[in-house]
Amino acid sequence: MKTNLYNYILELADNCLIAGQRLGELCGHGPSLETDIACTNISLDLFGQTRSYFQYAADIKGGDATEDSIAFLRYEREYKNVLLVEQPNRDFAYTVARQYLFDVFHLLLLEKLQFSQDMTLSAIAKKSIKEVSYHVRFSGDWIKRLGDGTEESHEKMQAAIDGLWQYTNELFEVTEEAKALAEEGMGIDVSTIKDAYYQNVTLLFEEATLNVPESKYFQKGGKSGIHTEHMGYLLADMQYMQRAYPNMNW
Amino acid sequence: MISTKQHIDEILIPILEKVSDPEIPVLSIMDMGVVRSARLINGVVQVSITPTYTGCPAMDVIGDDISKALKEHGYESKVKLILSPAWTTDWITERGRNALREYGIAPPLTPDADKEALLGDKRIVKCTNCGSTNTKLVSQFGSTACKALFKCEDCLEPFDYFKCLK
Repeated sequence: MKTNLYNYILELADNCLIAGQRLGELCGHGPSLETDIACTNISLDLFGQTRSYFQYAADIKGGDATEDSIAFLRYEREYKNVLLVEQPNRDFAYTVARQYLFDVFHLLLLEKLQFSQDMTLSAIAKKSIKEVSYHVRFSGDWIKRLGDGTEESHEKMQAAIDGLWQYTNELFEVTEEAKALAEEGMGIDVSTIKDAYYQNVTLLFEEATLNVPESKYFQKGGKSGIHTEHMGYLLADMQYMQRAYPNMNW
Repeated sequence: MISTKQHIDEILIPILEKVSDPEIPVLSIMDMGVVRSARLINGVVQVSITPTYTGCPAMDVIGDDISKALKEHGYESKVKLILSPAWTTDWITERGRNALREYGIAPPLTPDADKEALLGDKRIVKCTNCGSTNTKLVSQFGSTACKALFKCEDCLEPFDYFKCLK
């Protein structure tokens, strides 16, 4: 089995899966019907992308592996998503801020990944770019609307950004797998998109009258499976069906 | 360069044209441009379809509907999902665009116009009810991921706009 490639696919896909799961929690609980529908549609896009990655990963793994077993039957430490995407929804400002901080990264990553020598990864990236450009537009618009909105919305948005900022740096941590695959032209060295990321984010925050946090303290660990306390609860919810009724199907 | 041409055996076209998009029943999957190839090889029809959006829940149903329609005409089939080249709204045929409009969904504009419409800069999306362009974006995501929600400020009708994907 191509272990590096398999692990790298999980690194890409788990971010989509967990970000999608968090957004999906808003189904029926969004602040308004339109935002509820938008968040769940973005969630659906992310799940669609996850499926493409996991189908590929299942092919590589072989045996009994399926997209579902990879999604639902791993333990917490086997998930490679960044800490950012597993953070809970708290309020709408928090949800939007988390999504925006991920979307900007996601789009920059896909813009590089579309040129991967790996044909499947390249195809998934090309397809996903079209969707993610709408995601970043949606979340970016809300950052501006709330940041440059009322006193209260500004305060909440600033608090969300201040709270989530510590998780941004992990996005650019290069894992062993990614490094090896980047050398073969198949993976992306994410440290190369770091400057563009912080430039984009800073520009939008300025437009939204928000302060870019100055804190230099950053959290990491997600990529190596060491998650925050929220991850276990998220997985308990997400995996419940498969754990309670093994092998159940629609 | 990846070819964006469709390879569909002529004999299969009338059958596939009868299969409709489960979320937009007036629209044939052929006019939607999701069928990329359909060829009769050694007695089995090999069909490739491509999703409009990766998470599109209609794809499984479309695959089943294709197999069912072909079976009714005596063909065994295998339906495969392909991601590349990625679907674009350019593949919706003129007949498909008209069907969308009649169904109450404004068809996609050109990429530049689409951006202007969705960023709310310009009022250019035509109301499917009264034809006025005095319309306003309500939400970038409508009833499905591929659509945005608009409302007409003349006749007050809300309607979906099929977002440009290119």
